[in-house]
Amino acid sequence: MKELLILAVVTFFTLVTYYLVEPFAHSQMHKHIESEGFAYKDIPALTKKGDATRGADLVAANCTGCHGIEKAGMPAPMDPVSAAQSFGVNPPDLSNAGTVFDAKFLAALIKDPAKALMVEHKFDPAKGKMHPMVPFYGAGGDLDQEVADMVAYLQSIAPKQEELTPAMAFETACGRCHAIHYPYNKDGKLHAAWTQIGEKPAFKKKQDELAFEQKVLDYQDALKKYMGTLPPDLSMYIRSRGEHYIKTFVENPQNYLKGTAMPRVGVSAESAEKVIEHLEDVGDSKRHERESVGRYVMIYIIIFAIFAILWKKEVWRDLH
Amino acid sequence: MKNSSRRGFMGKAFGAVAGVGAVASLYAMKRTWDPLPSVKAAGFTTLDMSAYKENELVTEKWRGKPIFVLKQTADMIEKAKNNPKDMDRLIKVGNDYFMVCLGLCTHLGCIPGYDADEKSFLCACHGGMYDFTGDVTKAPPPRGLDIPPFKIDGNKLVLGEEGPEYKKMLETGVTLKA
Amino acid sequence: MAHFTKAKSLHDWLNQRLAIDTLRRVLATEYWIPKNINFLWAMGMVLAITFGLLLVSGIFLLMYYQPNVDLAFDSVNYTIMQEVGYGWLWRHIHGVAASVVFLIIYIHMFTGIYYGSYKNGREMIWISGMLLFVAFSAEAFSGYMLPWGQMSYWAGMVITNLFAGGSLHADGLVEWIRGDYVPGQAFLNRFFMLHVLLIPLAILGLIGLHFGALRIPHVNNQDGEEIDFDAEAKKYLSGDKAGSKVIRFVNDFLAKDMMVVGIFLILFFYLVFYHYDFAMDPVNFDPADGLKTPAHIYPEWYFLWSYEILRPFSTDVGLIAFAFAQVIFFALPFLDKSPNAVPASRRGLFKVWFWLMLIDMIILTAMGKVPPEGVFSTIGLYAALTFIGLWIALPIITKFEKKA
Repeated sequence: MKELLILAVVTFFTLVTYYLVEPFAHSQMHKHIESEGFAYKDIPALTKKGDATRGADLVAANCTGCHGIEKAGMPAPMDPVSAAQSFGVNPPDLSNAGTVFDAKFLAALIKDPAKALMVEHKFDPAKGKMHPMVPFYGAGGDLDQEVADMVAYLQSIAPKQEELTPAMAFETACGRCHAIHYPYNKDGKLHAAWTQIGEKPAFKKKQDELAFEQKVLDYQDALKKYMGTLPPDLSMYIRSRGEHYIKTFVENPQNYLKGTAMPRVGVSAESAEKVIEHLEDVGDSKRHERESVGRYVMIYIIIFAIFAILWKKEVWRDLH
Repeated sequence: MKNSSRRGFMGKAFGAVAGVGAVASLYAMKRTWDPLPSVKAAGFTTLDMSAYKENELVTEKWRGKPIFVLKQTADMIEKAKNNPKDMDRLIKVGNDYFMVCLGLCTHLGCIPGYDADEKSFLCACHGGMYDFTGDVTKAPPPRGLDIPPFKIDGNKLVLGEEGPEYKKMLETGVTLKA
Repeated sequence: MAHFTKAKSLHDWLNQRLAIDTLRRVLATEYWIPKNINFLWAMGMVLAITFGLLLVSGIFLLMYYQPNVDLAFDSVNYTIMQEVGYGWLWRHIHGVAASVVFLIIYIHMFTGIYYGSYKNGREMIWISGMLLFVAFSAEAFSGYMLPWGQMSYWAGMVITNLFAGGSLHADGLVEWIRGDYVPGQAFLNRFFMLHVLLIPLAILGLIGLHFGALRIPHVNNQDGEEIDFDAEAKKYLSGDKAGSKVIRFVNDFLAKDMMVVGIFLILFFYLVFYHYDFAMDPVNFDPADGLKTPAHIYPEWYFLWSYEILRPFSTDVGLIAFAFAQVIFFALPFLDKSPNAVPASRRGLFKVWFWLMLIDMIILTAMGKVPPEGVFSTIGLYAALTFIGLWIALPIITKFEKKA
């Protein structure tokens, strides 16, 4: 009985200390931001039903000057480095955009990029600072209808949500600004490290490798000039920031860093899950093994403790 | 001191449970010493066979070991045809014949040198010699140069994968498993 | 030369050469421990097991770790955590054990203080234990440098700066410790050496001393009762096990130890697999950057109380207070003027002193982590002053303590 009392005292002080240095201290250090579930409440819902065929013409006429759509057989008009040197960042290929990004976000983006991306503090037309993506002012008809058509077209060519792999979601949503320098294993295959201009290929000749690295550095220089600082490598972000922080940050970067150049990405909730999964694949790839091994070890160690208790009882029977 | 320090039934049972845990942890320790996935992924080398010149020895690298690649001249092929054992050692890619061997003497693992005029290999360590197909011509080496696992893929040769031609070589005893 | 006869068995052969029967008797079966103890007496064994886990996991980490400022971070977070078979397991065990070992050390220490197990002949047990505490602290700090993350780098920066001695401006000493102007390659290499060789050697030696120091005064018991170990051992050996006040180390005490170890390991492995963030700070998963200090830096939880004693004061006073906190526990056996080696509950004012000290150190620990602003600064200041005040009061209140 006395031992249980002592155990209760020890446990109490241990838990109090734990509570104070972990949950309590962290609540004092970081403000808690609740996720909105990627609802983008400030953006109005789409009111018009889009027509993909009409959208195809509108996109071809208005977007493909800067954006490639590989899926529709339209390669990017410039290589990534020249594109970044002209625009600051390589304009994304639109093949997957219809699935990765939220529909109403896409519509808002087409109409007013700086506003949808939440970078109006950086791009103010009044001060002569224009966002590199030109707003779509309409092709003569009903603007809302035309935008809905374009979104419908992008959705029609994009892979379905279940066909979108975590890596594709990451590449479309984050990969033009953020590198991941860890290769990763997925489905028994080793995938190469990711740079802002694509997967780093295996090189046989040192010259080729250096030439590729030179391109990456040129791209990063342009990006640094555009963003003010080089966006961080995300290899270990799943452990250094954790899922909650990443989600709420991506949802609205201004939440944590007022005035940051990081734009709102506008991913849909499902795609955000995929981006998280990709970050887990590269930064916490043994999580499944950890959980399954953990289960077996816990079962074993409980059996170990039970046998230890029984042995103690056997030995101490004679001592009392 | 006799019975009092002896372990009873539960003591032995507990010891057994602890032993099981110790053995299980040995498994994790063994796995820690396994070659890393990146090492295993690097275990494949692809050679573009159209780039080689006749009778010019090129040393490639596969799994950290030197690989001799020697494109055969028409002369060599004629000569090899007289000796079926030699012909079996050559790998046909497209219309060309190649000697592709592990460049390590089968005696004690030194790297033999190639004499393009004599069209033969000499291992300087102990005087072993091989012909242009890698077959041994002078002791001490016990056998010809080993052939690495390969797979013919059009114009290319993938080292590390076992194609049907390589499997046949294993079966007929042309080479040992490298 | 000793006389050897033809051995009758392997046991006999070994016994003639190594005296294994005598060793077994002296170290295990007739090493007598008081019976009147509770589970807190098993903390020594729990510490030994935890140290063993640290040693084994450390050996496996050592085989892939690269002590190089450019490679260290990735060798830990990529090679070990994601490539090496079960590398993540060794790292999680190592990280969690390094944190939990301090929890057990603190429980072990406060057990010693509560039951007065540091005086009347047991001074060397206490002093060797405190030396172990210092060695473990150095081991923890040097190990914390090795992943070369943001917390590693900035902890290295801040802690080595302490050696400048405030207004003494011993910058030369700080540079000497680092081997550079900032923590760099030389610093990482030497702390790697300290972590894997020199300090572990010292710890092994000190563990030997700590065990040896127990031998003559014997282990204390729950009531501080003085036991005639020879007489009680005779009683036990004659068969009166229930009546004797002592038990054998093996199996009697060991069985109880292992019971506590078993329960402890349930908690430990739960933390290893499911709740490791407290021991592996997320901030340290950002690679070291000498041009950017993290928004909040703080030591691991077990250093917080002494860190907080440093924080509320100006540089020089803070350093003196910090130095005081580091060494004062060594002096406990000599500052406690009472001859009573009984539980604090029977020692009048000392009982109050004990609980105040415990609570004060928990408050210091908490205040050491939260941002040093507003009310937290004030609480921290008063807690630091209380800590110093308690130590000044200790000789006085124990001097007037009644014989228990």
